[in-house]
Amino acid sequence: MVTGKVGFVPSHLDQLGDAVPVVVRLPNILRPIASGEASVNAEGATVRAVFDDLVRRYPGLRPSLLTPEGDMHRHLNVFVNDDDVRYLGKLEAKVGDADTLTLMPAVAGG
Amino acid sequence: MVPGHLWDKMVAHCLDCLPLEGCGLLAGRADEAGRGEEVCDIFPALNAARSARLYIVEPRDLLRADRAAEAAGLSLIGAWHSHTHTPAYPSPTDVAQAPDPGWHYVLVSLSDLEPVVRSYRIVNGVVKEELVVLPA
Repeated sequence: MVTGKVGFVPSHLDQLGDAVPVVVRLPNILRPIASGEASVNAEGATVRAVFDDLVRRYPGLRPSLLTPEGDMHRHLNVFVNDDDVRYLGKLEAKVGDADTLTLMPAVAGG
Repeated sequence: MVPGHLWDKMVAHCLDCLPLEGCGLLAGRADEAGRGEEVCDIFPALNAARSARLYIVEPRDLLRADRAAEAAGLSLIGAWHSHTHTPAYPSPTDVAQAPDPGWHYVLVSLSDLEPVVRSYRIVNGVVKEELVVLPA
């Protein structure tokens, strides 16, 4: 009997925790950097893990998602279903199976 | 192209928000004649900055507007906000934070008795005013 992840899990999944599939909805401005589609599939148990998976799949997304220090980009809104992750622990917010992450750039100015 | 009643609603929301800046989102689609884009609906939003000099579209209002636009077969195509004491021209902050080069950025100046409304594109930090058509 094989248990755990020994020898059978792709190395990148080791970094995703109890990874679950999620749909990530992208704003227009990020679509050309990814697949060109309005939404893409990713995996992860937290927003951070999903972001890591997205960056692995589409490295060009990183500057729009994360600061150089690895924090959430301050001009990015991230929602897990209907909830703003700022109130759920930001990058540590939990993501459940079949959740939808919606990414939207902040609309702001002076 | 912006229907007159939506134009009026946009200005009214900005007046309602005084003394703070008012803001909201534009939903629309490509104009059938291929002359640009048509604003089909607008979504007033809470100014999460609660400021007379800054605005932040409340994130939940942004999400709601995006979903409502999509459900109506539209897309978010721009945003508007007011300048309470300065002209209807994008501030350096507006230019620096303009998220999408494809969007229309509408400014409503309330610095004079009559509101002044203008629309701009902001691409790579370059501001270009655009023609707005108000159908009869």
